[in-house]
Amino acid sequence: MKRLWEYEVNESLKEVTLNPVSRLDLIKYAGASGDFNPIHTIDEEALKSGLPGVIAHGMWTMGNLAKLFTPYYNEGFLEDYQIRFSNMVFLEDILTLKASIKEKNETDMLFQIYVINQHGENVLRGSVKFRFV
Amino acid sequence: MLNGFIGKKSNRIKNTVERGLVLRFAEAIQDNHPIYTNEKFGKESRYGKNIAPPTFPIVFDFGTIPDLKLPSIGLIHGEQHYHYERPLFVGEDVYCYSEVKDYYEKEGKNGLMGFLIIMRYGEDADQNILFTEKQVVIITEAVRREMLK
Repeated sequence: MKRLWEYEVNESLKEVTLNPVSRLDLIKYAGASGDFNPIHTIDEEALKSGLPGVIAHGMWTMGNLAKLFTPYYNEGFLEDYQIRFSNMVFLEDILTLKASIKEKNETDMLFQIYVINQHGENVLRGSVKFRFV
Repeated sequence: MLNGFIGKKSNRIKNTVERGLVLRFAEAIQDNHPIYTNEKFGKESRYGKNIAPPTFPIVFDFGTIPDLKLPSIGLIHGEQHYHYERPLFVGEDVYCYSEVKDYYEKEGKNGLMGFLIIMRYGEDADQNILFTEKQVVIITEAVRREMLK
């Protein structure tokens, strides 16, 4: 596998497309994270809140996105991981995780990161500063 | 509406990066890398131990800010920013607290929106910062009205 250090500005990491979002994914995340807000798991509660259906936890999507970097932890770690949520994620959505390199120097690499859905809309975007150690 | 809370902090709570919780969390975000869960892999890694995923602090208890009562439903999580001094190690204790950093209101297309900036901190036993977390929580006009009742 190519080391992260060997990537150059404007290159992208290999993108990852997730399986369609399932209710079980969100139930598992609720259990693992302790976020039991029912708008993420129970249809009636989501409807009551004015949503068209249950929505994924924003932090579930953010958690998933970080795995683009997991293979490189032997070179360093995520010093900064910053995102803005821009659209909701619904059941059956198909999300693609992306990261491209904006800047590189001796100590760190700055990435632009985003997650898009099957309609080509950003559901979140932000940046990662990967610190080499 | 919440300006009076700016600067208020919670109590400091001891949390542990529990191995079982890290495993379950890694499974929930479908990130089954051995750096999180395989002890031998962790020992041979540059950290000498297993680490936790960067969004793992969601499981921690950051204490309660006195009198700050937010509805459990209707808040919008707008932004999230983690800053790490180093990764968290499986098995270590982390002391966590939170603080209301700022609150302001802006006119949006659905009325007056509140923006609550919460900082969360994780420290080691000697009070060295391990990570900080900044959350921007958006309070819509409808929820604001509920809260004022």
